[in-house]
Amino acid sequence: MRKYAVVDEYHCVACGCCVKVCPKGAISVPHGIFAVVDIDKCVGCGLCAKECPASVVWLKERRDI
Amino acid sequence: MGGKKWYDYMWILSAAYLILGFFNIALAWFGLICFFLPLAIAAVKGNKAYCNKYCGRGQLFDMLGKKLKLSRNKSVPKFLKSRYFRYGFLVFFMAMFANMLFNTYLVFSGASGLREYVKILWTFNVPWSFAGNAGLPPWAAQFAFGFYGVMATSTIIGMATMALFKPRSWCVYCPMGTMTQAVCRVRNKK
Repeated sequence: MRKYAVVDEYHCVACGCCVKVCPKGAISVPHGIFAVVDIDKCVGCGLCAKECPASVVWLKERRDI
Repeated sequence: MGGKKWYDYMWILSAAYLILGFFNIALAWFGLICFFLPLAIAAVKGNKAYCNKYCGRGQLFDMLGKKLKLSRNKSVPKFLKSRYFRYGFLVFFMAMFANMLFNTYLVFSGASGLREYVKILWTFNVPWSFAGNAGLPPWAAQFAFGFYGVMATSTIIGMATMALFKPRSWCVYCPMGTMTQAVCRVRNKK
């Protein structure tokens, strides 16, 4: 099943490491508070989750598609 | 995403800063850029573009961890990303910074003479008289030694967590990052 990235907004430090590795430009830190995933663009590759220094990004299965 | 941009080379400046401190301590003053620029961007633009794009230190840790494979790439312990720890570390860091400013003031007022030491890890006074100071007035030289100590200390701690955990683990508890995030929170309050 296809997946997409989810961010723990409370613990995100907004460093932007995820933004740098995302091959689709699907994750951003719009207001410097936490990262936001564009679910339409996310392909669930997991690079951001692997990169995140705080380990607060993980993959979730898309059940509705 | 995409090719390298000019700001992907900021790690060179960060590395140069640390190296040049061995030759001329006056250059330590440039470290203030790492202090005021992130806050200015957060205050004016309301984002963390500094962390996200320009931070040379983050890039340096990234290089060491990924290109040189010096990182274990493990997750940081849970407490490290708690707000208690992050804000606690910020307070501690700022207290040490204030102490350094006070020492600068003591030299400025003439209450104490210039001490050519770089304080590492808030504990060890490393003699640093081998570095030139470009004829700075004593208080300005004292500040330079103090500020270089702050930068060197945070680099050492950042390198330790770079090796132990993920490359940019420093970003999780970086006092500047915590501060800019707090500024962004206030500025973008709904």
